[in-house]
Amino acid sequence: MSKTILAVDDSASIRQLVSHTLRTAGFTVIEACDGQDALDKLKSPVNLVLTDLNMPRVDGLSLTRAIRASTDHRYTPILLLTTESEPARKLEGKAAGATGWLVKPFQPEQLLATIRKVLG
Amino acid sequence: MNGADGFPDRRLAFCEEARDLLTDLEAALLQLEADPRDQETIGRVFRAMHTIKGSGAMFGFDDVAAFTHDIESAYDLVRSGRLAVTPRLISLTLASRDHIHHLLEATVSGTAPDLAAGESLLAAIRETVASGGEAPAPVTTARDYSIRFVPPPGLFERGANLLPLFEELRGLGALTIECDTAALPPLDQLHPGHCYLSWQMRLRSPAPPEAIRDVFVFVDEGDCLTITEPAELAEPTAPTPEREAAAAAPAARPTPSSLRVSATKLDELINIVGELVTMQARLSRFAAQSGEIEIAHIAEETERLTSMLRDNTMSIRMLPIEATFARYRRLVRDLAGELGKEIELVTEGGDTELDKGVIDQIADPLVHLIRNSVDHGIESPAERREAGKPPCGRLVLAASHSGSQVLIRVTDDGRGIHPARVRAKAIEKGLIDAHAELSESEIFALLFRTGFSTAAAVSSVSGRGVGMDVVKRNVEALRGTIDVTSTPGQGTVFTLKLPLTLAIIDGLLVRVAAQHFVFPVAQVLECLEASTADLHCGRREFLEVRGQLVPLVFLERFLRLSTGSGARSQILIAQTAAGHFGFVVDEVIGDHKTVIKQLGPLYRHVEGVSGATILGDGSIALILDADRLAQSAVDEAGRRAA
Repeated sequence: MSKTILAVDDSASIRQLVSHTLRTAGFTVIEACDGQDALDKLKSPVNLVLTDLNMPRVDGLSLTRAIRASTDHRYTPILLLTTESEPARKLEGKAAGATGWLVKPFQPEQLLATIRKVLG
Repeated sequence: MNGADGFPDRRLAFCEEARDLLTDLEAALLQLEADPRDQETIGRVFRAMHTIKGSGAMFGFDDVAAFTHDIESAYDLVRSGRLAVTPRLISLTLASRDHIHHLLEATVSGTAPDLAAGESLLAAIRETVASGGEAPAPVTTARDYSIRFVPPPGLFERGANLLPLFEELRGLGALTIECDTAALPPLDQLHPGHCYLSWQMRLRSPAPPEAIRDVFVFVDEGDCLTITEPAELAEPTAPTPEREAAAAAPAARPTPSSLRVSATKLDELINIVGELVTMQARLSRFAAQSGEIEIAHIAEETERLTSMLRDNTMSIRMLPIEATFARYRRLVRDLAGELGKEIELVTEGGDTELDKGVIDQIADPLVHLIRNSVDHGIESPAERREAGKPPCGRLVLAASHSGSQVLIRVTDDGRGIHPARVRAKAIEKGLIDAHAELSESEIFALLFRTGFSTAAAVSSVSGRGVGMDVVKRNVEALRGTIDVTSTPGQGTVFTLKLPLTLAIIDGLLVRVAAQHFVFPVAQVLECLEASTADLHCGRREFLEVRGQLVPLVFLERFLRLSTGSGARSQILIAQTAAGHFGFVVDEVIGDHKTVIKQLGPLYRHVEGVSGATILGDGSIALILDADRLAQSAVDEAGRRAA
């Protein structure tokens, strides 16, 4: 059975790019436009969460903390999408419970390699 | 040092060492053929030659030393990159290896060696060296890393998964992983979500250290990973004299320390341990009867130690089958060359361990099966291309454990066996009746009958019709079985099922009349109980077991024992070569680890008994051979019907 990835980003173009790459690689993708939307969609089974940091309503860090505090997704891997200019955010993300990160801009192969690293 | 005549023992020791070196040399050469630029393998070939030459001269094997000298020189050129490894050079070196073997044996047995053959070989090698070859490009250097990974305890709470990381690391090169569980707290203090484990890894890889850090990038918090800087293993530059000396020193070979012991001594040890196991059973029995706590205690401790000693002794005789498999590489290479075929030999499960006795006795039957697959199974490249297969045939030798047995499979992707053709041949040879109705497996079983051969043309490699029956006999002598399955056009699989060891079997102790017998537990499917009167009523020969009729063998009657008086009988339903059979006994007593004692030569024609064992009370129980018993029952029924 293919694994399901929840892709969270407020930019529709990034979501589209990510979804296309993941679907082509055989993953099932659920899209969410911000943290709140993501939390709502986490009610169905998800194997990995891929999230942007800066988003309206609930941002990436709060989303990460909320997921770690939940019972269902405490151990679900979370990948953060960050920009190179904010190494401090990386540490913040780790402290919040993120599994790993991916620096924007990235190539599709990088995205898949990183996902394989945490999903196996 | 003049050890020529004064030290026969040392000379023999040299011979043993040299034989090992030659085996290793052969493996290295075949590996080199697959990867001609591997500096490490070239080094192995050179070192083997170097040691044979050096030790040979020391122990008075002058022919060996003189002959090896020129080949060593050639590989010195290869090592320094001045001579390329070509298939021709490999073939010549393999032939030289055989010649060295011949020289060794000739010196030991005192016969005159064939020096002319050596001369022509050397001439050919010199010519190859003179014609030279392009120097190989430098190889990438592999490095040995030592990696220690102590993950942060909260790792899993961030959703991390370590397995993919180890897999990723394995992708970089040869990896061994050891898990360190020292930090595990007692259960009441253990937090189920924390990671208490750490890992020590050894990686042999050409990758730079950064690549290794990259693997762990998400889980490393700065101090989790210790990578010990590697020492370079392969040198692309020409070796200096010091390096050369270091490479040639035997200490440079990372072999675990071991001791050479003669097999007879091991056999003696096994015998003594067998006696001890028997004696210990007596002690346990006595202790149980005496009712004294102190003695029971001692007996229990002795039992534990004895079984440890027994398992340990058995494991000494266990050898990985790899060495045997390695011998066949050469066989397949040479046979394929002779027959103009392309064949790739793949071995799987070479680390499967088997009793030395079994390995020794299985080597020849396997040679037969391999010859058979190479000759009859795998087609010529042209024929294969026509059939839409890759021109290079594939022969797989696989070993694996299955309970207390080892399975060895010889699989080829050749033309397969056509049941109809086998049947026609068997009718022609008068082995079966023209109207006999046979299942596919029964037809394949005909292949193992004496005087059967389907080869249209008899070649020098195999196919004289002596062989498969001998293979079957040899395998059965080891208490093993052989099976064949085949799909026409796709290939054939021969499966050998062998016992792990010859010395001990798991047995089921049973009583028939006043006597005890041991039944091999591996064949027993289930034990049933029935009233004796019921069974004897009307001389029933069959029992219905869950809708299936199972023929019965009344052991009491069969073994001509006086009739027992029990009201109930027990029936062992067993899987035999002749199908399912029910063996009727008076009582099933229980499990018995059976140390097998061979019956003397006087009894070797006794049917239905494969050995004997000594029971705890000192009495003797015969070990029954279910296959033979079933076969005799079938034969007897046939005679009665006729």
